[in-house]
Amino acid sequence: MSEPNHARRFGAIWVVASLIATPLVIVLLGPILPPGKSSEQAAGQVTDNTVLLGMATPVLLLVVLYLIYAVINFRQPKGAVLEGPAIRGDARLQTTWIVITSVMVLTLAVYGSVRLFADNGAGSGSGPKPLTTPSGPKLPVQVIAQQWAFTYRYPTYGGVEVPHLVLPDNRMIELHVTSLDVIHSFWARQLGVKADANPQVDNVAFVKPTRVQTFEVRCAELCGIWHGEMFDTGRVVAPAAFNTWIRQAQVAYAPATKELPPYSKTYQPNPARRGG
Amino acid sequence: MSTTAAALPTPQPIGRPFWRRLIGFNLLTAVLLGVGGYYLGWFIGHQITGDSFEYQKKIDENDVALLLAYVFGVVGFLIGLGFANYPLSRLLGRPASLREKEDQGIGRYFGLCTDHKVVGLQYLVGIGVFFFIGGLNAMLIRTELLHTTPTVVGPNQYLSLVGMHGTMMMGMMTSGILGPFANYFVPILIGARRMAFPRIEALTFWLLMAAGFILTSTIFFGGFPTGWTGYEPLNDQAVMGMDSYILFFALVGISMALLGLNMLATIITMRAPGMTWSRLPIFVWSVLATAVLMVLAAPVLVATLLMAALDRTIDTSFFIPGGGGSAYLFENLFWFFGHPEVYVLALPGFGIVLELLPVFTRKPLWGYRLAVSGMLGVTLLSFFVWQHHLFVSGINADLRPFYMLSTEIISIPTGFIFLCFMGTLWKARTSFTVPMLFCLAWGFNFLIGGLSGVFLSDTPSDTTTHGTFFSMAHFHYTIMGGLIFTFFAAIYYWVPKMTGLRFNERLAKWHFWLMFIAFNSTFLPLFAVGMEGQPRRVSEYAPNLHTLNVWVSISAFVLGFSMLIFLANAVYSLILVRIPAVQNPWRSKSIEWQIPTPVPVNNFEQIPVFDADPYPYGTPLPVGAVRPASAGA
Repeated sequence: MSEPNHARRFGAIWVVASLIATPLVIVLLGPILPPGKSSEQAAGQVTDNTVLLGMATPVLLLVVLYLIYAVINFRQPKGAVLEGPAIRGDARLQTTWIVITSVMVLTLAVYGSVRLFADNGAGSGSGPKPLTTPSGPKLPVQVIAQQWAFTYRYPTYGGVEVPHLVLPDNRMIELHVTSLDVIHSFWARQLGVKADANPQVDNVAFVKPTRVQTFEVRCAELCGIWHGEMFDTGRVVAPAAFNTWIRQAQVAYAPATKELPPYSKTYQPNPARRGG
Repeated sequence: MSTTAAALPTPQPIGRPFWRRLIGFNLLTAVLLGVGGYYLGWFIGHQITGDSFEYQKKIDENDVALLLAYVFGVVGFLIGLGFANYPLSRLLGRPASLREKEDQGIGRYFGLCTDHKVVGLQYLVGIGVFFFIGGLNAMLIRTELLHTTPTVVGPNQYLSLVGMHGTMMMGMMTSGILGPFANYFVPILIGARRMAFPRIEALTFWLLMAAGFILTSTIFFGGFPTGWTGYEPLNDQAVMGMDSYILFFALVGISMALLGLNMLATIITMRAPGMTWSRLPIFVWSVLATAVLMVLAAPVLVATLLMAALDRTIDTSFFIPGGGGSAYLFENLFWFFGHPEVYVLALPGFGIVLELLPVFTRKPLWGYRLAVSGMLGVTLLSFFVWQHHLFVSGINADLRPFYMLSTEIISIPTGFIFLCFMGTLWKARTSFTVPMLFCLAWGFNFLIGGLSGVFLSDTPSDTTTHGTFFSMAHFHYTIMGGLIFTFFAAIYYWVPKMTGLRFNERLAKWHFWLMFIAFNSTFLPLFAVGMEGQPRRVSEYAPNLHTLNVWVSISAFVLGFSMLIFLANAVYSLILVRIPAVQNPWRSKSIEWQIPTPVPVNNFEQIPVFDADPYPYGTPLPVGAVRPASAGA
């Protein structure tokens, strides 16, 4: 019985499947990948997810198709006790594999780093002093997390603090995320923003919304029993509407603003009881 | 080695009436002393702090008392088992009793026994019990998630369930393969009569049992709200149940470090003549790599938890920002342990798969050296990736490209394992036995786990997936798909050797297929659930995710049911029917299948001499038929 050339046959199956599936995945799945295109950062993440998915597809196909191929072709005949060939390795294949995986991995890491800095942190919390900041004017908004709600302060509008987030469309927002008690995480999913809220830390994230819409705000770090209830809806509005809204808010919250501590990067809610 | 090479006389069982056996160092004494120690610690704790802190007195929260109670209870438990006998008699200059191995009855499974085969079986059953408790928690979590708002349990109980499930699995299952199978088979595979430190070996097991009991007891003290990560300052804020978490993980850490040291010493120093490093079975290599991780990572956890305990009890402020401490410090230290920890879970799985494949494909392991370097590479790299758990936390944000790179580099050595896995299947004569099915399933599961990990390792992509059900699905694919599937492969493969009995094959196949399908049906949709906006550890989620969650819950119940099939099979085959297994059901050429079943107390009459590699399968190739493999294989 002549064995078919398994290497050639499997190679052909894999190449054809990859050539068909990879473009399909990119074209069909790419546009619907989360988090959507509601901000520059979210759109950037969609691109990144598409690239990663495109790179992962041939790898997924290689192993899955190989498993199926091996299960179908390389079997012990029923009732037989045959031994397989004593192949102990293949230097050329091993070298090729190492080179290819290394190149892929380095490409991924370089691509990820470039995208991270090109997108000014890609919507992620980038610490108190981000390495790259977007040029041009920015609207600073402070996100204050506490058990179990987020509030928002606008330092350039008299430090007014509001319970629901409203952002102007098409402006670069500089989010300063901090916490008054335990660790929380500010997650505006549609905007592609996630930044941990740490006590005594000013965690900065940049986002530029690109369409008028509402978006979800959730806490993404376990913060105690009402962690799951720590969600809210934010709004992106037209710049003119934002100006109207913030003026109304300044008036409406004026009595509260007077009682608030002055705006600061972090807050120390209780006098320290410890350290003794 | 010359002293051990001589055949030792077979020990004789000691005949004593049953009532006499109840007095002495045994499990009964251990439980009594444990309870006594617990109340002693509780009493002392209240004497120390009871009156000084008015607030604690009012709400009956006394962390000092509970921690002391646990510590004293564990010490009493260990003394009751007889762990103090040997060091005390040496201290007093008396001849030490070395009789822990001699008793041959069923009773040796219920006490301190230094026979590595007994400890292996103790581990298998002991860990199995806590694995089922952890699984039961998962079932309750999924029951709650049938609803979009807290319905079945309150939010506090829900978080306790999540915390117990995660902590139980991450804590107990770290020893899931090393405990039962490495303790049992590593000495045999390397041709030794025992582990290097038999009493420490027994100690690791009983510490783990005490720890599991302590974690379960958290339900009496209000549970803990932090999940398995125990982040500060939530940790500091939590009720007394948090102390159960702290002491549980500290004991697990001590047990891990000791287990790792014991394995390292055994593998390095006790190999039989001819068992060179290049003849070491790949499973033993994976145990060695895991042991390195355990020894280096676990002490960090113990120290971290000690600091957390001090913060909670005597108001130090290691992790409390208000007092000059840092919540980042805890995250940093925790993940410095936590990331090697997940490879502690994954590496033994690699070892099991590559050890079993040659037996069922009737081929030598493909790329032995590549597999070894893959395992060692993962071991080394796993200490350089921990801040990828903190990509959005704001900590060292400028270092993220480095952690992205190191995390993605770790997929190179993991890729070696996959290449060896696929190479061994090439032109194989595969028999699809139950252990082999579990190994093949590992290939699929770990692939999905690894590829989804790429999305988490890429910082821009991680911004959305971080802390959601996406990452939860990812690590269930790597840990449950990687460790638990190979855990069952090892059970079906080796339990016939350990017990001399075989499983009912039909039930075993039902177990496999149901588990494999339900596992994928449970965790694949969770990738989508996470990306569509469900954070981890919530019992409230958006109504548009309800259908998917119901689907996942039903799949999870089927997954749970498949575990019941396994349990039924174990009870039926190993306890009720007891069909004896044939001597070598898998026609394995590995040494453990060549010695008698049950394995004699001292394993070998004569210490074996190894003169070939461990995988002498397959028909030699005709000369010139393929490229020579020697160059890099």
